[in-house]
Amino acid sequence: MKHCLSLAFVLMVLWLGNSGYYSPLLLSLGAFSVVFAVWVSHRMDVVDHESQPLHLSGHISFFYCWLVGKIILSNIDVVKRIWLGNKSISPCFARLPMDQKTDMGKVIYANSITLTPGTVSMDIENGTVLVHALTAENIAELKGGEMNRRVADLEL
Amino acid sequence: MLAGMVTVLSSACLLLGAFLIISGAVGVLRFPDFFTRMHAAGVTETLATTLILLGLMLFAGWTIVSFKLLLILLFILITSPVASHALTKAALHGNLQPLVNENNEQ
Amino acid sequence: MLIASAVAILVVMAMAIIRALLGPTIYDRILAVNLFGTKTVLLIAVIGFLFGRPDFLDIALVYALINFISIVGVLRYFEYSRNEEEGGSL
Repeated sequence: MKHCLSLAFVLMVLWLGNSGYYSPLLLSLGAFSVVFAVWVSHRMDVVDHESQPLHLSGHISFFYCWLVGKIILSNIDVVKRIWLGNKSISPCFARLPMDQKTDMGKVIYANSITLTPGTVSMDIENGTVLVHALTAENIAELKGGEMNRRVADLEL
Repeated sequence: MLAGMVTVLSSACLLLGAFLIISGAVGVLRFPDFFTRMHAAGVTETLATTLILLGLMLFAGWTIVSFKLLLILLFILITSPVASHALTKAALHGNLQPLVNENNEQ
Repeated sequence: MLIASAVAILVVMAMAIIRALLGPTIYDRILAVNLFGTKTVLLIAVIGFLFGRPDFLDIALVYALINFISIVGVLRYFEYSRNEEEGGSL
């Protein structure tokens, strides 16, 4: 039930934000569309904790703040290496363990790896992730496991 | 006074974003193999896109336009790692061998 | 500043086309097309401000959606096609 309400809220915000017209006719059409969309998704059985991850919403903002700092630092590093040229990079890849229990946690971890420039997640199997990195230091930093631990903490 | 500061800040965001976006494109042209080019493309899709859209948002102020820009930004930030992961996975399954430690043995 | 960033985005799009033409593998070309697509979204947004018509942002939003779906759709074709040549080059 609360997942349906959250979906309806998200759809309503999207309608109000994208339309920009607030006449009674258009608002009632919008309300009708929201109710219809929620009903169809409920019948399709896609409204659950995976499409509306409400249980994550408390801690995830702190994680994103930390991730933004990380992304800025690694962007500066990669831009520096681009202008220094091919001599400054040493591409390598490694298989790293994942401590996350749920699929959601694994997706967040792999997407965070890909979102920081300099590391790309290539494949996920059996609770490990294959990571390609621009330099060996990037791999060493991921092996330190701070990001892994932070994402695993989100799941609790 | 405040309006002038916002203009300066938005111009700075746009210029920095333009520099980063060109750096990323230079990396895409310059790096030796597919997987390293992927990292250079990542620069243009995360920080450069954020800075340019943030500059436009400061330019627009608190209007519905800013909300739409925020929506575009969120959408790009959510989809770009998914597209990158799909691309590297396809390359890996297509037997494209990554270049490893070309310059220094570690 | 808007003009400067629009020119920068155009230069980046030209560089993406060069990478798409150079190749050498099909994945490089798809990467370049993806880069071109996301930069088109930015260009539409900047041009909307430049001409004073922020309605263009709706088009940018739709373009971002189409770009993502087209990249994933194209990759479905190449992910499991076992080409004899190295890296499935075209």
